[in-house]
Amino acid sequence: MQVDSPNFKAKADAALADPHLREALGKTRIMFVNKRAELAAALPEFERLRDEARDRKNHILAHLDHYLERFDEAVTRAGGQVHWCADAAEARQVILDICQRVGAKSITKGKSMVSEEIGLNDALEAEGYRVLETDLGEYIIQLAHEPPSHIIAPAAHKTREQVADLFHAAHGGERKTSVAELVTEARLVLRDEYFKADVGITGGNFLVAETGSTVIVTNEGNGDLTQILARVHIVTSGIERIVPTLEDVSLFLRILARSATGQETETYTTFSTGPRRPGDPDGPEEFHVVLVDNGRSGMLGGPFQDMLRCIRCGACMNHCPVYGAVGGHAYGWVYPGPMGAVLTPLFAGLDVTTDLPNACTLNGRCQSVCPVRIPLPELLRELRHQQHQRNLRPPAERRALAAWRFVAERPRLYQFTNRLAARAIKGLAGDTGRLHSLPFAEGWTAFRDLPAPEGRTFLELWQARHPGAR
Amino acid sequence: MADSRDTILARIRSGLGRGPLPASASAALDARPTHTRIAFDDDLVERFVARFCSRAGTVGRIASLSDVPAAVEAYREAHALPGRAAVARPLADLPWPAGLVRHEGPAGKDELLSVTACLAAIAETGSILLASGPDSPTTLNFVPDHHVVVLQANQLVPDFEAAWTRLRALPGGMPRTANIVSGPSRTGDVGLTLQLGAHGPRSVHVLLVGGDG
Ligand code: SF4
Repeated sequence: MQVDSPNFKAKADAALADPHLREALGKTRIMFVNKRAELAAALPEFERLRDEARDRKNHILAHLDHYLERFDEAVTRAGGQVHWCADAAEARQVILDICQRVGAKSITKGKSMVSEEIGLNDALEAEGYRVLETDLGEYIIQLAHEPPSHIIAPAAHKTREQVADLFHAAHGGERKTSVAELVTEARLVLRDEYFKADVGITGGNFLVAETGSTVIVTNEGNGDLTQILARVHIVTSGIERIVPTLEDVSLFLRILARSATGQETETYTTFSTGPRRPGDPDGPEEFHVVLVDNGRSGMLGGPFQDMLRCIRCGACMNHCPVYGAVGGHAYGWVYPGPMGAVLTPLFAGLDVTTDLPNACTLNGRCQSVCPVRIPLPELLRELRHQQHQRNLRPPAERRALAAWRFVAERPRLYQFTNRLAARAIKGLAGDTGRLHSLPFAEGWTAFRDLPAPEGRTFLELWQARHPGAR
Repeated sequence: MADSRDTILARIRSGLGRGPLPASASAALDARPTHTRIAFDDDLVERFVARFCSRAGTVGRIASLSDVPAAVEAYREAHALPGRAAVARPLADLPWPAGLVRHEGPAGKDELLSVTACLAAIAETGSILLASGPDSPTTLNFVPDHHVVVLQANQLVPDFEAAWTRLRALPGGMPRTANIVSGPSRTGDVGLTLQLGAHGPRSVHVLLVGGDG
């Protein structure tokens, strides 16, 4: 998928003015935030599990080469094949080659963020394959020709009425409007497709080194129909999704659903190990795992290694006030919200994503809910730092920061300017105690008043109250 | 692609600032860890039933396996289903009524009702564990509108870890497909409203055999 992050500000402005999006985003928060809080509170072991998950991920990353090789051996033993892909282009090519070799015509897909990341659908369609997304959210945005706006609820930005319009245009017939009717309509349309498909592509929440299994965690069952009814099952997954043993799957299952959708468990957890066995009456005849690096290995050993712990639960975006205001599309790539604001600059380059690390209030809610305790605000701050170092910030901001630094390094000057400013602003505000506009900060005061200081600085007040103290 | 495998492994090692790990490290790395498990002291049957039903699954209690056909017939009538079902082979020898047309193969596109056995059930989350095999087509778990699962009380295990033990004990080790099913299929993708029956079964009914019901 193309990166369109330079337009963050314009897209955020448009998002703020879109009433449908406001309605949809409001629901996302109610749906996910409250339920996660309830479940986290109901499980005494939850915080301990988060610590263990963080530590186990760190261990896995420190031995990633070992576990990937183990996984490869186990998949091969089970009769499947692992394809190591250094970048997105190679991953697309591997999948195109498989589809061509088996003479595929129709391809069904369960939800896979990695497939979005590598731009798979466009590549397949350009070669003339019929590609159908089967996750209901992905199906909706495929009909709308839009990218996902949330990593676990890809169509979170669409209201029921908008879905009704899309389905009516695509399926014809009478326009359905109730959620039950719409879901049934999609169920019936997609049912035929599973049985017709030659190749079924799914993602992988976990890759188990011990058994060579890939694991998907879903609610709809589409990922299962996709893989058991096609002749060939292809799994796309990032190299960091490896876990050593089944015991590790339990650990991550216990935090994933609770963090993601606020459920104790998702409806389906499915382990896929190789192709169908001799005597098996159904299941795919071939099993391929497309292991995608695409920049991940470059994050090891650096300041952003912690980001590789991410289990793609979506909690950080559900709890982010910026995501909650502008939605996922403003971020301009596959991964939105706090995790996307870290990942997108690392994948696409700091120069084309300058707004993303700054679209953050550093309030820390994302870190407080992240099941693997990724210090997202720190990582965003580090990205800001690197932007500054590489002269990627606007000149006015750089000059302002340089001026602030000059003053801040000189305590007497600092106190003097503070005193001056406190009195000046109080004077400007007059009796109201509030400022409707402030020179050089019109952007800020356009939406709210600035409460004026009461005329004396913190230091002055401190000294007055604690005479003699320093 | 052998080249990319080498490239990726080399990049990982250079990021981590070390060479390949010595073979002697393997045993320790591959050892099974002991993570925190969820503590509970509820009765396994009670916990399973409560959790499974909390996600819109349904449970019927019967005394013995020979009661399965009558319970299935009652379910079929309650849901006005036609006299046809995919009944997995392990259950084929039960006293099925002559009027019920049965088959043991994978599910066809219009399959409405399947009746299957399972490998275990997990009390921790209230979930069924099904393993694919010659007698256990995975399509039976996903294609029909209605899935009836026969669970014997002694198949209940406390948690995921105990379920893995059952999987590892299968003659061929991990089956091609292992499904943990925790209720009927659902989606929140239309207007962020929960709706059952997205792609998989609209209803999953467990017939729990024994267990002081
Ligand atoms: S960064 Fe943490 S909270 Fe966000 S998606 Fe990843 S694991 Fe979930």
